[in-house]
Amino acid sequence: MTLTAPLPEEVETEAPPPPGEGEEVRRGGWFVRITILVIVALWLIPTLGVLVTSFRPESVVNETGWWTTVAHLFDSGEWTLQNYRDALDTGGFENAFLNSLAVTIPATVIPITIAAFAAYAFSWMEFRGRYVMFVAVVGLLVVPLQMALIPILKLYSGGARLGGVPIFPDLELNGTFLGIWLAHTAFGLPLAVYLLRNFIGSLPSSIIESARVDGADHFTIFWRLVVPLSVPALAAFAIFQFLWVWNDLLVARIFLGATEENRVLTIALQTLAGSRAQDWHLLTSAAFITMILPLLVFFSLQRYFIRGLTAGAVKG
Amino acid sequence: MTTKVEEPPAAPPPPPEAPPGRSPGQAAGLTLLRLLGAVVVPIAAFALLWLTFDFLRDADANRLVLAGVAIVVGGGGVFLLFWAMNSTVNHLPERFREGVRPYVFVGPALVILAVFLVYPVISTIIISFGDSRGEGFVGLDNYDFVFSDESMLRSIRNTAGWIVIVPLVAVTIGLAFATLADRLHRGEAVAKSLIFMPMAISFVGATVTWTLIYSFRPEGFGTNIGLLNGIKQGLGLSPTAWLQQTPWNNLLLMVIMIWIQTGFAMVVLSAAIKSIPDEIIEAARIDGASELQVFRRIIVPSIAPTIAVVVTYMVINSMKVFDIVFVIGNAETNETEVIAERMIEWFFISNHDGRGAAIAVVLFVAVIPVMVWNIRRFREQEALR
Repeated sequence: MTLTAPLPEEVETEAPPPPGEGEEVRRGGWFVRITILVIVALWLIPTLGVLVTSFRPESVVNETGWWTTVAHLFDSGEWTLQNYRDALDTGGFENAFLNSLAVTIPATVIPITIAAFAAYAFSWMEFRGRYVMFVAVVGLLVVPLQMALIPILKLYSGGARLGGVPIFPDLELNGTFLGIWLAHTAFGLPLAVYLLRNFIGSLPSSIIESARVDGADHFTIFWRLVVPLSVPALAAFAIFQFLWVWNDLLVARIFLGATEENRVLTIALQTLAGSRAQDWHLLTSAAFITMILPLLVFFSLQRYFIRGLTAGAVKG
Repeated sequence: MTTKVEEPPAAPPPPPEAPPGRSPGQAAGLTLLRLLGAVVVPIAAFALLWLTFDFLRDADANRLVLAGVAIVVGGGGVFLLFWAMNSTVNHLPERFREGVRPYVFVGPALVILAVFLVYPVISTIIISFGDSRGEGFVGLDNYDFVFSDESMLRSIRNTAGWIVIVPLVAVTIGLAFATLADRLHRGEAVAKSLIFMPMAISFVGATVTWTLIYSFRPEGFGTNIGLLNGIKQGLGLSPTAWLQQTPWNNLLLMVIMIWIQTGFAMVVLSAAIKSIPDEIIEAARIDGASELQVFRRIIVPSIAPTIAVVVTYMVINSMKVFDIVFVIGNAETNETEVIAERMIEWFFISNHDGRGAAIAVVLFVAVIPVMVWNIRRFREQEALR
């Protein structure tokens, strides 16, 4: 739950040491095992249904439920990769996948970089208004992003005027990558600044002092010293933000739009679910395409992943 | 971590920059060079970035190249900007340098937040008193609409259901699972990660996943391939159009959210349970407490603060739920409207800026107290560790 240095013990993943022999009180018996098994099975069935259906030929999908495959597991007529070819190619999911990458990676890197610089300044530089600014940034956590959608869209497609004087130029950012990067950056910043300041501010001051004595300037200290030391916090936030942006539908729909060339995976899937709701062979393979990257991140980086998500629990 | 910002150690004076012993001519040349650098470097950086953004706008370009450029420019560009600004500061007269530098570090964050969060909050509030184009002044008409329109009232009622039922069920299952998994001899990590897995999936993906379970075909229109109707047909019953059963369909949508979020509750609560000292639980057992008593009298009270944090997190998420209802569609005919979904409906689909903004403001006002409380609890939790 915490992101202060030094890092706490891992949140989970390691099973506790097995209880001593004869410690029957803990009752790790049948009741426990069966209940766990039932819940896990219930939780897996939906994903399993999608996965199985996505590999079945269209005609078979429509005739029998996916659970009937149990009877023909090794029947070659039962399996195909065609659905994935169709989804990627004609369904435009290849394009959408690239767009998702082009949106997500910068929309993760930009807020982290900006927040890390700000967090460093809030922790280790002296300037007027430092405390007030930090509190203001954290205070912005309460703003739900719905509050920001309408004005930002208006800014993007017409700029802003105050009594006839343009105060924000019309940059035509609507439907551009830059537009959505900036929006995601803003929505992620309060949390990022808050978490990173907690971490960077708790680094031992002796390290930073001695670097100063050696004549390093702030930029060097930040880049060469603080960033490498903050990798755990940066990684945790990076995963949180990556997932948040990758899985986001609302912000992408509004600032990038649902046009065929611009749309990201979530929008492509939502459009498909709306227009071809009965084409389950396509829907399931498309759904799995949208899930594959986050699932990979989840299984390979589980520790950071969990830490990031729990730390991100206060995102507005 | 408390709110108090610790004073950083007094920074030692920066080392003198210009090495002594240069002739005045050289010094002037150096200053000129520096000034040139101060102007040229940032302008060049901006120009370079702007050119690439223009390229990114070009929809005809190959998508793979485009995505690649976007990633490099977007990812590297922000660092380039900081670097350029910092080197500009280095060219300033020495006495200003360290006074200006902090603002270079925090400036971008503050500017972005001001433009993208502070200004919008004010603007949305103003628009909420305007007409369908967000102009003019219509007084409280939009708020009147929010609290009198039939569909809006239903959305408020449904959202109330979401914020009660989703946290309640998800936390209950999560807590039960965490407690039981704690007693497994092995396989705890695997079981937990399988329950947690849906957190990685998008709401859209999860919703599509569950529509396969709820899928319905009327009798005579082919086999029912949805799991629920498959079971019904297997039992010889006629299929049900699950998602049209008002008001129960709301519960079916909540199930999707519960499926996603239970893992979160479980992981956080499990960590809390493991931090309870073993001696306390052992002592209770030796005193003859049953497992149920241990759970109710020791485990639950010890992790109550964590439960509170998880519940508020879920309340906030449920208040803002949008994707699930939106992807299922037909919210009005199925009577499954929720507040956040109505906001998008009125702003983007019915193009009524004033109403959309008013709904957003209502949502904002509803979220504030929970969020403030949540941040406070979150900080206390961090302070404890």
